[in-house]
Amino acid sequence: MSDAVLDKQVKTQKTRKRRVDPEIGVSLSWKTLKMQKQLIFMSVPIAIYLIIFNYAPIWGWLMAFQNYRPALSFGKQEWVGLQQFKFLFSDETFMMVLRNTIAMSFINLVLGTVTAIGLALLLNEIRARFFKRIVQSISYLPHFLSWVIAAGIVATSLSIDDGIVNIVLMKLHLIKEPIMWLSEGKYFWGIIGASNVWKEVGWGTIIYLAAITSIDPSLYEAASIDGAKRFQKMRYVTLPGIKSTFVILLIMNIGHILDAGFELQYLLGNGLTVDWSQTIDIFVVKYGISMGNYSLATAAGIFKTIVSVILVFIANYIAKRLGEERLV
Amino acid sequence: MKAVTKSSGRIEPIVFHTINTIFMLFVVAITLYPFLHTLAVSFNDGSDTLAGGIYFWPRAWTMENYRAVFITGTIYHAAFISVSRTVLSTVFGVFLTTMLAYTLAQPQYILRKKIGMLFILTMYFNAGLIPNYFLIKDLGLLHSFMVYILPSMVSAFNLIIIRTYIRSLPAGLIESAKIDGAGEFRIFWKIIFPLCTPVLATVALFIAVGAWNSWFDTFLYASSDINLSTLQYEMMKLLGSTMSTNNDPSALAGNQHNQMQALVTPASIRAAITIVTAVPILFVYPFLQKYFVVGLNLGSVKE
Repeated sequence: MSDAVLDKQVKTQKTRKRRVDPEIGVSLSWKTLKMQKQLIFMSVPIAIYLIIFNYAPIWGWLMAFQNYRPALSFGKQEWVGLQQFKFLFSDETFMMVLRNTIAMSFINLVLGTVTAIGLALLLNEIRARFFKRIVQSISYLPHFLSWVIAAGIVATSLSIDDGIVNIVLMKLHLIKEPIMWLSEGKYFWGIIGASNVWKEVGWGTIIYLAAITSIDPSLYEAASIDGAKRFQKMRYVTLPGIKSTFVILLIMNIGHILDAGFELQYLLGNGLTVDWSQTIDIFVVKYGISMGNYSLATAAGIFKTIVSVILVFIANYIAKRLGEERLV
Repeated sequence: MKAVTKSSGRIEPIVFHTINTIFMLFVVAITLYPFLHTLAVSFNDGSDTLAGGIYFWPRAWTMENYRAVFITGTIYHAAFISVSRTVLSTVFGVFLTTMLAYTLAQPQYILRKKIGMLFILTMYFNAGLIPNYFLIKDLGLLHSFMVYILPSMVSAFNLIIIRTYIRSLPAGLIESAKIDGAGEFRIFWKIIFPLCTPVLATVALFIAVGAWNSWFDTFLYASSDINLSTLQYEMMKLLGSTMSTNNDPSALAGNQHNQMQALVTPASIRAAITIVTAVPILFVYPFLQKYFVVGLNLGSVKE
């Protein structure tokens, strides 16, 4: 780039500095494009990469409106309209899968949030800094391990022969004989919820602890002068102080309500618990990859994406109406 | 707890802190126990483990489980693939994400909002598994090592973290470099990139852990190619064979060490591989803790 152009760039930046909003005054013109060509070279190829890997596959959505057969070329596929979607919503398996997904997501969201906030509140009360640091470090540990390792740990802990959960429950006389936790559907959602808490609760505290630290200390002092006790301070100072963090995380998570997770359910589920363990993602893998019914699996995927996007916008809108921070 | 709060002011803190400390120790115990148990099983004789009663410490010490893991070439190759994909994903991911974040952090950049929006949307919008599978297939990436690197180089979340960080740097830095005649890439590479070290440590950790831990891409795109198997995928196969009710030792991954049948069981092999797979992470993350705590909070800041 020549010095003249650079000078111009510097100059425009200087003029812009005087304006209130730096964005006003920059219009999409050949002149600005030329002036910012270095920035364009640095970012547009990555944007194109993103479009190829994240947006181009939308083309594949057409499969959901066909009776797709891999052997035929695209032009020869049979178009079936909304038939795949109709089948999906009349299919008992899909309804069950939908129920499992929403139930496990909801359990994860509620349990995950409540335990993370609870642990953050209690960690915040620890005075000994070294002890606090050690507890935090250890609590982050499971987050960094893969779901494969976590699933192995869960399976070992719940094992009928020698699993620690059965041993402890027997020692406490809460159960008479070992329970086959992973062989009964009724326990499955609870196991997923508990495993998620075990793996992610420490990680979940990070953001809440930061929010708690940023609360103005004078609020606590004022509360003390008014005679507030420890739990009253938590209730009337700390919790309101982390409300906006809570809301923004809630919005982010609501968009993922159909992402109940895939790996843990896939790894821990078995023939005996299939009615409780299958999620939409597993349904898609099973029908799409294993059975080759690409059209039906794509339709299920589209349903998931559209619901997610709609939910994010609704949550965002509600947050805006409530005067809370928004995400998009 | 209610009764505690109502008690007199001097006893309350002591009671509370005692209960809180005990609770924290309980949390620590629940978090750590499975690892200590796995470690103990990995060093314990396989058939002895079946008798039960192994908690924190091996009863019949042996290295056989680890020997059985490393006797096959499979595990070395899988480890090599795991390390390669982790290193390459991290290098490319960190470089590209930071470069893009640099451009998007410049208030005067005209495509800033458009490209930014394109990335933010990917956090909620996904074409779905099947269309993605067809894309990978059409790009010729099935059964290719590049399938581990290419599809997930730049994530929206990491982008937001780095961009927020760059914006917090003094704006005068970039401007004075421009006055000195430096081009955008030069400013990015010589000035901004080195200044971003704390946040890059965070992002590098996130990318590396994600790459190291993933098995689903192997399962989906490269499962038939043993040369592309990773440690996690080997673990996953082993998990399948130990979870099934039939505890047949010949179902071991690799399946080439039949002479070991008497000594090792799938459960004890799995314990050994778990330790091998988890140890690199256990050694890295505590040192990066102060970085990722800050980084994660940058990510939660709205622009």
